[in-house]
Amino acid sequence: MKELLMGNEAIAMGALAAGVSVFCGYPGTPSSEVLETAAKRKPEGVYVEWSVNEKTALEVAAGAAYTGSRVLVTMKQVGLNVASDPLMCVNYIGVKGGLVVLVADDPGPISSQTEQDTRNFGKYAKIPVFDPVTPEDAYEMIQDAFYLSEKIGGPVIFRPTTRICHSCAVINTAEVKAHENQGTFVKDSRWVIFPRLAHEAKRRLFLREKELGDSLSAYPYNEISGRGTLGVALGGVSAAYAKEALSSLNLACKTLTVTTPYPFPEKLALTFLEGLDKVIVFEELDPVIEEALIFLCGKHHLDVEICGKHSGHTIIAGENSENIIATELADLCGLEKPLLPAKDGETPTLAVRPPILCAGCPHRAAFYAVKQAMKDQKAVFSGDIGCYTLGNAAPLNMTDTCLCMGAGISIPQGLARGGDQGVHFGFVGDSTFFHSGITNVINAVYNQSDEIICILDNSTTAMTGHQPHPGLGKTLMGDISEKISIEKLLLACNVKSLRVVNPLNLKDAMKAVEEAVQESGVRCIVFRAPCVALFKPQTKAVINDCRKCKKCIKELGCPALSLVDKAAVVNEDLCNGCMLCAAVCPHGCIEEVTR
Amino acid sequence: MKLDCLLSGVGGQGIVLASRIIAQAAMEKGLFARTSETIGMAQRGGCVVSHVRIGDTVSPLIPLGGADLLIGFEPGEALRCIAYLKEGGAVIVSAKAIQPVTAALAGKSFDASPYLEGLQRQAGCVIVVDGDAVCKACGSDKVLNTALLGAAAASGRLGLSLAEITAVLRAKLPPPMVLINEKALQLGAAAAKGE
Repeated sequence: MKELLMGNEAIAMGALAAGVSVFCGYPGTPSSEVLETAAKRKPEGVYVEWSVNEKTALEVAAGAAYTGSRVLVTMKQVGLNVASDPLMCVNYIGVKGGLVVLVADDPGPISSQTEQDTRNFGKYAKIPVFDPVTPEDAYEMIQDAFYLSEKIGGPVIFRPTTRICHSCAVINTAEVKAHENQGTFVKDSRWVIFPRLAHEAKRRLFLREKELGDSLSAYPYNEISGRGTLGVALGGVSAAYAKEALSSLNLACKTLTVTTPYPFPEKLALTFLEGLDKVIVFEELDPVIEEALIFLCGKHHLDVEICGKHSGHTIIAGENSENIIATELADLCGLEKPLLPAKDGETPTLAVRPPILCAGCPHRAAFYAVKQAMKDQKAVFSGDIGCYTLGNAAPLNMTDTCLCMGAGISIPQGLARGGDQGVHFGFVGDSTFFHSGITNVINAVYNQSDEIICILDNSTTAMTGHQPHPGLGKTLMGDISEKISIEKLLLACNVKSLRVVNPLNLKDAMKAVEEAVQESGVRCIVFRAPCVALFKPQTKAVINDCRKCKKCIKELGCPALSLVDKAAVVNEDLCNGCMLCAAVCPHGCIEEVTR
Repeated sequence: MKLDCLLSGVGGQGIVLASRIIAQAAMEKGLFARTSETIGMAQRGGCVVSHVRIGDTVSPLIPLGGADLLIGFEPGEALRCIAYLKEGGAVIVSAKAIQPVTAALAGKSFDASPYLEGLQRQAGCVIVVDGDAVCKACGSDKVLNTALLGAAAASGRLGLSLAEITAVLRAKLPPPMVLINEKALQLGAAAAKGE
């Protein structure tokens, strides 16, 4: 059937066509839609779960693959850091059913903390990596990845990037057949990791590299085309941009497209290098193909100049594009740069539009309450990963640190232990709390930290598209499960005090903060109000006779408030009726009206 | 047929859905289509750009100077993407500016006119659509995307007919939303024709 599918949807459909019976993962842009699609399109008998974090997901996946079932586990690149412990070990242990670890990389980065390259992770861990160029290739290649995983009896990494994950293409999908999960675990000493076994495994993994690289040299998605003395080596979506750039420059050259960067298809690459003077490599993130070619030239004493990130010929960070590649090619070959249509006249200054918290977002209210309560005191506000990272923006300026998932709780502990004076606050969302916050609360209590942990509970995983989590009592399969109470968990950790408030009630919220400041030890405040994207607002704010003091605008930075003739105006399409502006207005000009 | 169409605006305006509808309509006609979309953090009130490529292509992104059509959901955001427009390409743009928080914080008013003028200067064919009026007539602020699709189809620059887009709306949207979106499509089309 022909369907318009996003790369992530195509990968899920390809995995279903390959007979995958267990899917698990943790949401993270740009990977989240794979599991959501699997949940939506799965036939009877397929199991799908949002795990509590990536490490857990990979461990569940490994267990399922031990039984002989095919398993896809999904995460974003920084999620792989969390899952790296089981990943390294399961590669030594091996699997029975195909285990593919989908890790979505984010060149730019567009919505991530790092610009790390999972191809290098694969090389480091000695795990084969597939790297598709288009969504339609991804649909086919994910099926090949399962075949390879079973052939080698070990995990395989599938690494798309944002422009594969989040671009759609017309794809011919095969019918997905219902099947039953009939895996069985067969007891054997091979499933228990021990130093002697690890020593053997290390040798095996090292020695298979060459053989696998040679067999991947014949993989149809790795290809050489064209001729000439200039070589262009390509990986990922850059291959698509480069094809367009080469045709716009009308440049004759020999190209090599590498879709299995590890183990590197050396045999194919040697054929490519034959007769070339110079090669330029276009790939995003790390110079993986570039370094493999440099290594190959050294190993075989080839006199071919390899140009790329190391030589300064191509960009080191950020996304590629047709224009960037055309310009770099033109520079290298001494050609005229591609001409763009001339644009006349002056251009007015364009607005700066950073991403911001939505109108009515309860996180804004929570940040504002803490900020007001701490107005005259020294305090540090440590944030975490989620929508609430946007609390860093003016005018709130309520995120002094942000490192990685869970660190919003542990950084304040370190700041105080390092000698920093004042009150230390940590902010963490509900899904992040379950992901990696709980262990950090335990550490803080056990080690007698002095901090106030603010849990911003909006009852969803908002930033990545509203996935359910353990606090909500429902699963990705649509089942109702036992709700896990954040309050009970905190109390079980023996925190010094616990308050639950609605952040949209500014007075109560500020009072909770003021009281907590008076105490010592690990104090917790749960700010609970649902994400505004989850319900339709019943009311809206209206400003009558604005006194033009601008306080609501200057203090809140709400996108529903704007200035017209120096007066504050509510954009009623955007307003969600949170009424925080009414609480801030010193003149009582703002009232709530029914929609 | 080969056509590159860029859509730009602000997060929350329904740009991703609009790009899917164009690509789906092209697919229904038997053409190959691609889109590339902004999803995630940038959607929270930030700049959103969608690329739609109809016909045989490999790359998901329209090259600079390659777009036949630019559909702007906001004047300033349309102007931000003007470098993608081909010589002789057309712009369909909603007249209403969306004030960024940064402008309000700086105590400045935010007006569409310099951006609309900028577009007029830099593109040969600019069709300004009063998208706000269409939304008001339909009683929903969520139909700006369909209104602009209607205008684009009626301009003859999209290579798709109103009937072809209507068919996709009927197939893709939840039933209660179909009627109001068909109305927005027609009103958008009428606006583009100056009716």
